Amino acid sequence: MNGAHDLGGMHGLGPINPEPNEPVFHEEWERRMFGLFIATFAGGHFNVDQFRHAIERMNPAHYLDSPYYEHWLNACETLLVEGGALSHKELNEHTSRLEKEAR
Amino acid sequence: MAHRDHNAPLSDTALRVKALEALLVEKGLVDPQALDAIIDTYEKKVGPHNGAKVVARAWTDPEYKRRLLDNATAAIAELSYTGVQGEDMVVVENTPEIHNMVVCTLCSCYPWPTLGLPPNWYKSAPYRSRAVIDPRGVLREFGVEVPDTTEVRVWDSNAELRYLVLPMRPDGTEGMSENELAALVTRDSMIGTGLAKTRSAGASTKRTRASGGQHERRA
Repeated sequence: MNGAHDLGGMHGLGPINPEPNEPVFHEEWERRMFGLFIATFAGGHFNVDQFRHAIERMNPAHYLDSPYYEHWLNACETLLVEGGALSHKELNEHTSRLEKEAR
Repeated sequence: MAHRDHNAPLSDTALRVKALEALLVEKGLVDPQALDAIIDTYEKKVGPHNGAKVVARAWTDPEYKRRLLDNATAAIAELSYTGVQGEDMVVVENTPEIHNMVVCTLCSCYPWPTLGLPPNWYKSAPYRSRAVIDPRGVLREFGVEVPDTTEVRVWDSNAELRYLVLPMRPDGTEGMSENELAALVTRDSMIGTGLAKTRSAGASTKRTRASGGQHERRA
């Protein structure tokens, strides 16, 4: 699939800027997302190829503009919904509830 | 670094992750304690100190090095570094004639059992796009100048195959023990965007680590 993820050879994407002494995770949600991926993968909800393909199906502008573990979040949501484990409605309702609680 | 103020509102993404976890736990599809154990393993236990031991063994044991270059997966398994994202490994050796570096242009494939989880720059667009068309320029950005007489080879990882670079053993390290040598092997030297530390640089890093040091510990 020749999509936005196929970055080899593309020009103009800026400097690399390696971060000295970079932590494994930068934010708590990245840490949880990593764990959720491993747990759902190990739970047999999808295989690695399906996971990568779900990332590649992201909206290209969103793909290029979002942090790495947000790709994982999108792919996990997509595959769990497609597999019938969850629904978008449940995810949206739960997110809105947390948003209200946080206010 | 970048520690979130506990009173600051969570981002939309953070809320969505929280909702996803809550729903999966509620439905009994994920065990929160298992999640904590997974995170702890990849944040604290697995990391480039594993790969460094493989490299140090190869530097000190020619028979091991031969096995490593011949069948990396099996040779790495001798040191018990096996598992997800390390199922099929290839080790490429740096020499005065050839400098190897590794990228995953399509995503973020990386040998987890030997190097841990990849740094952000490895997964980001600038490195992935440029490593394959301007590797010497990329290396300069990491402060590495490869002589014109050295060929640069770039290996594009994929979901099936993961690469580990065997960096050159620094001069002046004769007689050092395997553990001392492992302390000279950096993450970037095993990706190929760096070189192993020299003996004096290794010693000064050790001092910093001892005084500062809550980060990774080397055996």
